[in-house]
Amino acid sequence: MDWFIFVVAGVATLVGALGVVLSRNPVHSALMLVLTLFAVAVLFVAQQAHFLAAVQVIVYAGAIVVLFLFVIMLLGVDRTEDIRSEPLVAQRPLAFVVSMLVLLEVLLLARTTWSAGAPSIVGPASGPGSNIQKIAGALFTRYLLAFEVTSVLLVIAVVGAVVLARRTPSSGVRSEQESAAEQAAEQAAESAP
Amino acid sequence: MTVPGPWYLGLAAILFSVGALGLLVRRNVLVMFMCVELMLNAVNLTFVTYARMLDDIGGQVVVFFVLVVAAAEVVVGLAIIVAIFRRRADATADDISLLRG
Repeated sequence: MDWFIFVVAGVATLVGALGVVLSRNPVHSALMLVLTLFAVAVLFVAQQAHFLAAVQVIVYAGAIVVLFLFVIMLLGVDRTEDIRSEPLVAQRPLAFVVSMLVLLEVLLLARTTWSAGAPSIVGPASGPGSNIQKIAGALFTRYLLAFEVTSVLLVIAVVGAVVLARRTPSSGVRSEQESAAEQAAEQAAESAP
Repeated sequence: MTVPGPWYLGLAAILFSVGALGLLVRRNVLVMFMCVELMLNAVNLTFVTYARMLDDIGGQVVVFFVLVVAAAEVVVGLAIIVAIFRRRADATADDISLLRG
């Protein structure tokens, strides 16, 4: 049964990933990304990471992909891209070779041993108690400072996004109000003498 | 009969390579961003697998932090993309080669 879940979720993960890369339409890419994220959440559940699976579905599939879709449709870039044209010579083969080298390197490194660490440094993942209790125990004791810094990071991200997305008066696109005010000023200047 | 950890790690390695391939091949900035998310997910899967193999909750806590940082990164990145698209309608990664607009 475990093997069955692993194979199904693994195939779904890879199909979704290839769909993201190969789709010509960005909207299809975003929907394929949802498939991958759900399959990874299933793999999390299969490894007793229940809290992270829930967070994965809520934050990634729920919030981040919706944000992607919002931006795609807001900007109107859901036109299909011609992925056959290749402006840079030999970019595709070179990219393929590089990513295959990355894969080969990881698999070659794995031939000796996948893991050689000391077990249960922070705390045991198995044993009595729920998964969320154990994560909370580690998060609010050993990683408390990192957790607090995370909140600062989120505030910075929100402020940065607001500043970036705000329409400044000096930017290239002018608001209708401003151009209307300028026209009125010009008309006033013409009619003044 | 549970699946051994190395199988998950191999799957994560393949997922990471696919994400890297997409990041190198595609020119649409939004799709490139999605490929970054794929690579982040591959690393998350690796962390969770090691958390199980070493029986250590620390791996799962790290994934929690990666999720938070990924969310912040997506928010700022998409804001930058919106700002770029506001200046020029058809922006692929090839067109955005200047730091000043």
